[in-house]
Amino acid sequence: MELFIQLTLTGLTNGAILALAALGFVLIYKASDVINFAQGEFLLIGGYVVYGMVAQFGLAWPLGMLITIAIAIGLGAVVERLVLRPLIGEPIISVIMVTIGLSSLLKAIVSTIWGNQPKAFPPFIPSTPVNIMGATIGADRLWAIVIAIVMLGLFTFFFRRSKEGIAMRAVADDQQAALSMGISVKKIFAWAWSIAAISASIGGALVANIVGVSQELSHFGLRVFPVVILGGLDSIPGAIVGGIIIGLLETYTGGYVGHGLNQVAPFAILILILMVRPYGLFGQEIIERV
Amino acid sequence: MLSLNNIEVIYNDVILVLKGMSMEVPEGKIVGLLGSNGAGKSTTLKAISGLLKPEDGEVTDGGIVFKGEKIHHMDASDIVRKGIFQVMEGRRVFEHLTTEENLIAGGYTRSDGAQARADIEMVYEYFPRLKDRRHQTAGYLSGGEQQMLAIGRALMAKPQLMMLDEPSLGLAPLLVQEIFEIIKRINQEQGTTILLVEQNANLTLGVADYAYIMESGRIVLDGYPDDLRANADVREFYLGLTEVGSRKSYREVKHYKRRKRWLS
Ligand SMILES: Nc1ncnc2c1ncn2[C@@H]1O[C@H](COP(=O)(O)OP(=O)(O)O)[C@@H](O)[C@H]1O
Ligand SMILES: [Mg+2]
Repeated sequence: MELFIQLTLTGLTNGAILALAALGFVLIYKASDVINFAQGEFLLIGGYVVYGMVAQFGLAWPLGMLITIAIAIGLGAVVERLVLRPLIGEPIISVIMVTIGLSSLLKAIVSTIWGNQPKAFPPFIPSTPVNIMGATIGADRLWAIVIAIVMLGLFTFFFRRSKEGIAMRAVADDQQAALSMGISVKKIFAWAWSIAAISASIGGALVANIVGVSQELSHFGLRVFPVVILGGLDSIPGAIVGGIIIGLLETYTGGYVGHGLNQVAPFAILILILMVRPYGLFGQEIIERV
Repeated sequence: MLSLNNIEVIYNDVILVLKGMSMEVPEGKIVGLLGSNGAGKSTTLKAISGLLKPEDGEVTDGGIVFKGEKIHHMDASDIVRKGIFQVMEGRRVFEHLTTEENLIAGGYTRSDGAQARADIEMVYEYFPRLKDRRHQTAGYLSGGEQQMLAIGRALMAKPQLMMLDEPSLGLAPLLVQEIFEIIKRINQEQGTTILLVEQNANLTLGVADYAYIMESGRIVLDGYPDDLRANADVREFYLGLTEVGSRKSYREVKHYKRRKRWLS
């Protein structure tokens, strides 16, 4: 039982962080049909910037986090403006190739500034062990769950209730119709990239806090693929639920079945689920009405 | 209020679609724009609303003036802010959004948040059926309800000029009647000027104050509804035969001949 709780809590931490990373990915795909291969590098940047702010400049972590968010907004907007906007009207596949190039560029920038050596992260959130129903877990992991849940709640609220959030979903549905009501599609794309960068960099900061910073952080980004395919490429709730399912699956298989299998199990389950629901758990079906 | 002077529209740098199109829309009136498929009616509306750009179309000659201001090089979102709103052909509701979210998107350009929310109720007064469906996904509404929603979105923007592209398309006659009555009411109660694009000449001449008929990218005839009804060509090709769907091919043959006569 203790093991179960232990694994569940660990899985939830990973899952919540995965969900944050996947959310941005889904958002970009939903708004513009672009598969962003640089999403993992957004995590990397987030991790390193927080590292810079907290470990190198000695700022308090909430402040460091806020600055990271500000930088993420800027990064998203700059990427959209300089890299993606000139590509409007080009085939989607070109845009996707460009995101692959972007991922190398961002990686190179990080290693120019911070070098290639993994660095221990002076955990900005203390990892004091906490006892929950017999299982012990670091406070940093609990915080990661709390922060991720708060962020996901905020994003959900934004998409459901705010005018800009609704406009963003409108653009995802029908760009020209959105344009006809005065919604600026360019602005919405910039927003989508900024929000994607924010959520990923917060995810990156949370991972870094637990495992330290290294180029490995961007590999965490690769794990968003099973998450979004499971949840549905274009579904925001799907990103959240998918993240948590994959996070839990990985730790359960790692803990009960054995290490090594934990990277495989999610894909096996993924294939099973896709056989039943080809759009993913929450993916939007094409609405056909007669 | 709005005037088009000899505008020319080209798609993809080569396809010339509007060839010197001119028309006037006076403030407070309902103006009809009639014409068969492919005449260039939708292109005309997109030229006005700035929606040509995403289709790689461009106004290459002539000018569009709205309230004394040239608008043919403005962005769509600025044109909406100037008070022109196009209800696109085929309804184009946001399928995965609810009815109410569609309406909120319609009021996107407004800065008076609270008043905009209150206007949702105003839309529901015009279209009580939408109120029953307010939390339903718009993609699953019936065709008639979707058309109501498309007009409701336009109402949310409080435009001075509302342009409707074939609102009767694919709807049952009774429903079309209902929608046209509401268009008339919007014009009278909200003081909204209306540019109504249609293929249904009979109904359009019933609500319009003035109407234009277009063929192959230009206006071939215009006048007051009564005069147009009296015109032999209009009687034959737009009133007589539009009511008989089955004789379409015949109609097209005749159309071609008559078009040549108009153009010569
Ligand atoms: N995006 C486009 N690219 C190229 N040609 C177009 C485009 N849209 C419309 N056309 C052409 O312009 C002509 C007029 O179309 P349209 O304005 O849609 O007519 P209507 O609304 O009167 O049926 C048609 O011959 C059509 O094929
Ligand atoms: Mg048309």
